[in-house]
Amino acid sequence: MLFTLVTFTPFQPTPGLAIWSLVIFLLFWFIVGKFAFRPIMEALEKREVDIQDAMDAAKNTRAEMANMKAENEKLLAEAREERSKILQEARDMKNQIIAEAKDKAKEEANHLINSAKVDIENQKKVAFAEVKNEVGAMALTIAEKVIRKELKGNAEQENFVNNLVKEINLN
Amino acid sequence: MKSRIFFIVFLLLTVVYKPFSQEGAHGHDSHAAFDPGATALHHISDANVYSILDFIRIPLPVILKSDAGWDIFSSSRFSVGAHEDGTQAYNGYVMHHGSVYRVNDHGFPMNGQARIDGFSTKVEKVNGKDKDIHYVLYQARSYRLDARSTLDGGILGGGITSFMDFSPTKNVISMILVSLLLFWLFRKAAVAYKNNPDRAPKGVQGVLEPLVIFIRDDVAVPFLGKNYKKYFPFLLSLFFFILGLNLFGQIPFLGGSNITGSLTVTMVLAIIVFIVVNINGNKHYWSHIFWMPGVPIPIRILLAAVEVMGLFIKPLTLTLRLAGNISAGHIAVLSFIGLIFIFGKSGESLAGSTVGTFLSVPLTMFMMTIELIVAFVQAFVFTILAASYIGAAIEEVDHDHVESIHH
Repeated sequence: MLFTLVTFTPFQPTPGLAIWSLVIFLLFWFIVGKFAFRPIMEALEKREVDIQDAMDAAKNTRAEMANMKAENEKLLAEAREERSKILQEARDMKNQIIAEAKDKAKEEANHLINSAKVDIENQKKVAFAEVKNEVGAMALTIAEKVIRKELKGNAEQENFVNNLVKEINLN
Repeated sequence: MKSRIFFIVFLLLTVVYKPFSQEGAHGHDSHAAFDPGATALHHISDANVYSILDFIRIPLPVILKSDAGWDIFSSSRFSVGAHEDGTQAYNGYVMHHGSVYRVNDHGFPMNGQARIDGFSTKVEKVNGKDKDIHYVLYQARSYRLDARSTLDGGILGGGITSFMDFSPTKNVISMILVSLLLFWLFRKAAVAYKNNPDRAPKGVQGVLEPLVIFIRDDVAVPFLGKNYKKYFPFLLSLFFFILGLNLFGQIPFLGGSNITGSLTVTMVLAIIVFIVVNINGNKHYWSHIFWMPGVPIPIRILLAAVEVMGLFIKPLTLTLRLAGNISAGHIAVLSFIGLIFIFGKSGESLAGSTVGTFLSVPLTMFMMTIELIVAFVQAFVFTILAASYIGAAIEEVDHDHVESIHH
């Protein structure tokens, strides 16, 4: 008589086991849910958020670093440009100053030369005048001497003197 | 090393299941030979005593209610012996194959202890159905026994009888043990997360975390969407409760409790799922059950009938699938072990037993491996179906989508 299985007791629902399993599962759900599952769930979630944040932060930092580097390079280039500009300006200024100095010196020299010429001219005039006077006096003296010795008539003499004077003036 | 382990398992199986061989020589009327069916059934049934290796017997409290009132005592009163059969009756109750029965016959002493001489079983027709009826032998007379009341209304061979059994049985004790073990493990993990939130998971955390994340990412989130958090502890409770009980039942020599293979337990879990689903059901869900939008009225009536049936069929399938799978696994394992005794002619032929053992051990080991997979798969299936039912109940209506269907 193999397999004389009529009543399959595991499949008969019994009130006692039903009540016990109901109570045990509800307690399990409540207690383990509250004191274990919920904290684990929150911890996992928090950790995932933290990891995501850390990764985002790393990404941002990397981008920031790249930005900063670019900025630094830009600044450096600008500084270099500025330096060459300043140098250029200095050079220009130097040249300008030199040119100006040269101009001024030339002007001054011209001015000096001109005033010297005027002086010379004046001196010359004075000298000529003196020479004239001297020559006049000498001529008179000579004439006096000549007259005293040879001349008789006044009219002829006077004409002659006047002509002489005129000739001197014309010079 | 491998062969040594194999040899030890072989020896243990031979030694441990030795008591099977006495089944035939025990003086049962209808069980003269070894009956693998009855033996397997006995081993997967709930019991009022916790037997380990069939000789360590831990008595459990017995809480019984009959017309005569409440009876609360320890099952050690039955002086339980081989095959979990009691040798003493107490207040008209006896223990047979681990279960409490009540004498429903005149002339039996209904108060205090009484020495009994054994049991017999007859298949009788009750209301046109075959039924195992047990008898107790007391002072050379057989007395008819009543099994405990069951809630199947006679469909599964039970029904309301003269008493009810509210005892914390072997299954109940196993459930409590597994619950405490799971609580301890998860509490440890939770404390570890709390104390070292920024450290990689260690120890028990490392074992549980992938499972928790698996349930979250592959069960809860796909079905429940962003509102999953409200139901996540429930789904985790379901999964780990079922998985823990499935695996606990797989441990050999530890009583082999068939907890999730017991229809009562799976029924309770399915009813809880049913309640959670229907309490949270929204207007959309109920309208799709009772008055399906977008179809002609006669079809609406037809669909309402189908949907209302579906409402109850869903928990019923949950109940049967889990209990069936786990019970079937236990029966398969026990049947393969039973091969030893079938080949050995109930212990008469040593040569037969040896052949049977060589056949039985690999098959049993194979079956137990399959059962480990089944333990995970069934826990997963139960949970994912519960999640899909909840998901269908709380699904938000996409009005544009509905409009486009209507026109």
